[in-house]
Amino acid sequence: MSRRDGRAGVGLRLAAFAVMGFLYLPLGIIVLYAFTTQETSFTFPPPGLTTRWFGVAFGLDDMWEALYLSVRVAALATVVALALGGLLAAAVYRARFFGRDALAFVVVLPIALPGIVTGIALRSTFAEAEVPFGFWTIVIGHATFCIVIVYNNVVARLRRMSPNLVEASGDLGATGWQTFRWVIWPNLATAVLAGGILAFALSFDEIIVTTFTSAQDPTLPIWIFNSLFRPRNRPVTNVVALLAVAMTFVPLLVAQLLTRDRTQVGAAREVR
Amino acid sequence: MSALLYRRPWIRLVLLLLPAVVWLVIVYLGSIVGLLRYSFWSLNDFTGTLNRTLTLSTYQTLVTDPTNRDIVVRTVGLAASVTVMCGILAFPLAYYMARYATPRMKTVLYLAVIMPLWSSYLVRALSWRQILAEEGVLLWALRKVNLEGVVDVILTAPLVGGTSLIASKFSLILVFTYLWLPFMILPLETALERVPRSFLEASSDLGARPGLTFRRVVIPLAKPGLVAGSIFTFSLTLGDFILPTMFGGSEFILGQQVFVQQGVVGNDPLAAAFTLVAMVIMVIYLLAARRAGAFEAL
Repeated sequence: MSRRDGRAGVGLRLAAFAVMGFLYLPLGIIVLYAFTTQETSFTFPPPGLTTRWFGVAFGLDDMWEALYLSVRVAALATVVALALGGLLAAAVYRARFFGRDALAFVVVLPIALPGIVTGIALRSTFAEAEVPFGFWTIVIGHATFCIVIVYNNVVARLRRMSPNLVEASGDLGATGWQTFRWVIWPNLATAVLAGGILAFALSFDEIIVTTFTSAQDPTLPIWIFNSLFRPRNRPVTNVVALLAVAMTFVPLLVAQLLTRDRTQVGAAREVR
Repeated sequence: MSALLYRRPWIRLVLLLLPAVVWLVIVYLGSIVGLLRYSFWSLNDFTGTLNRTLTLSTYQTLVTDPTNRDIVVRTVGLAASVTVMCGILAFPLAYYMARYATPRMKTVLYLAVIMPLWSSYLVRALSWRQILAEEGVLLWALRKVNLEGVVDVILTAPLVGGTSLIASKFSLILVFTYLWLPFMILPLETALERVPRSFLEASSDLGARPGLTFRRVVIPLAKPGLVAGSIFTFSLTLGDFILPTMFGGSEFILGQQVFVQQGVVGNDPLAAAFTLVAMVIMVIYLLAARRAGAFEAL
């Protein structure tokens, strides 16, 4: 373990490499079976390769509807999360007030507690308040666990920003708006953007809370889940799965490069 | 306006806080409290209607009915197995990242670990159905090296067995481990980074072999990271009801029981009681984790 030449032993390097392979190999399998010629089974190696499933998948109206619903939900949930999470971060990062720690704890709860708790709790409230299930109830559910993502990103950035900057700006005669526009915002913009992208990705892929807060119309993850139990055209599911991954992968990479710090660890979930 | 806000900071504070507090405390916490209320009500056995008088009968059912007890025990066992597996698999990669990777390499590895976390949970689970299928990659690879007997051993083993690979508890543990692994790698890597190199050198100078140094120096110092990661692996397994429908046969775990009782059976009190059980388990876990110093490693 403690070799002095500063290089890892062969065993450790192999093991680390194997774990990385374990993380990424399954994604390769999804890609591979999107091209298989078999309709109902997953023989390895695939007997032949074809691109026709892409045409089939892109011709499905219900798939496009699910995708469109997911995009609308994620966009609105992100907007709500940006507003609430951003304001909350601005309130919490410097002020000391009664209940501050409790509030910081409550923000994290929607991702610290199992998703099913959030889902079923919101469902029973919606049912009691006779709110019809559908677009808006999905958005409310998603925004609840997205707030923390934005909050974490923005608060981390604010903590690194010197409070002297704001005071200096005021002393030099800037109005509150000018200070925000020319001093605070330039420092904050990438953190807000990154938080928004992460919130979008989290909402776009969410299935557990969504199961409880949606009506009949499926979001894209629910569409994929339902299609698992359809016996035919299995590769179509893989094509749509690839689409779902592509929709979040590039923005996420951008978000990570924008922040480059490690505040995401506690904020990630599946979650989902 | 801004002068007023500057002189009276509390006005500004209230304005900033109000929307989020309303949302999180009233909508979110309110919903949870509202839900838990149900667990203290009961369902009329004959009419199936909700009886809104305070009673502990739902909890009595939960504790005395062996089916329900089994579900809780099975779920905790599953969450614990997944957590241990994650810990074992996370170690080599986390250790390599913390001790040996160049800063540039570390950034790349860090991104590579974090990306799957944010990409679709369902897609990653889906791929395992294809890997573990009868004609799938895993069995193909095992046949190539004449090790297909391993599968029979797994399938007939108690606790982790099943009728086929996909329907075995082994797969359920494996796929959960796969899904939550990054949650374990990241805090573990952070904790390992804080282990001073001089400690390891001192240990070996004093005559400890690598194995002993690992057990007596590295593991204890990595513990906060392991515990921090385990919060996620444990909590996420506890509340999941999607994966057990895809893998692991027909025996329910806690998340499924909540889902079925609420959505299919319509027994809201029992569903709410199970939700409380999950929350209590998590609170106990979080308190234990805090004692182990995990919160500093998050």
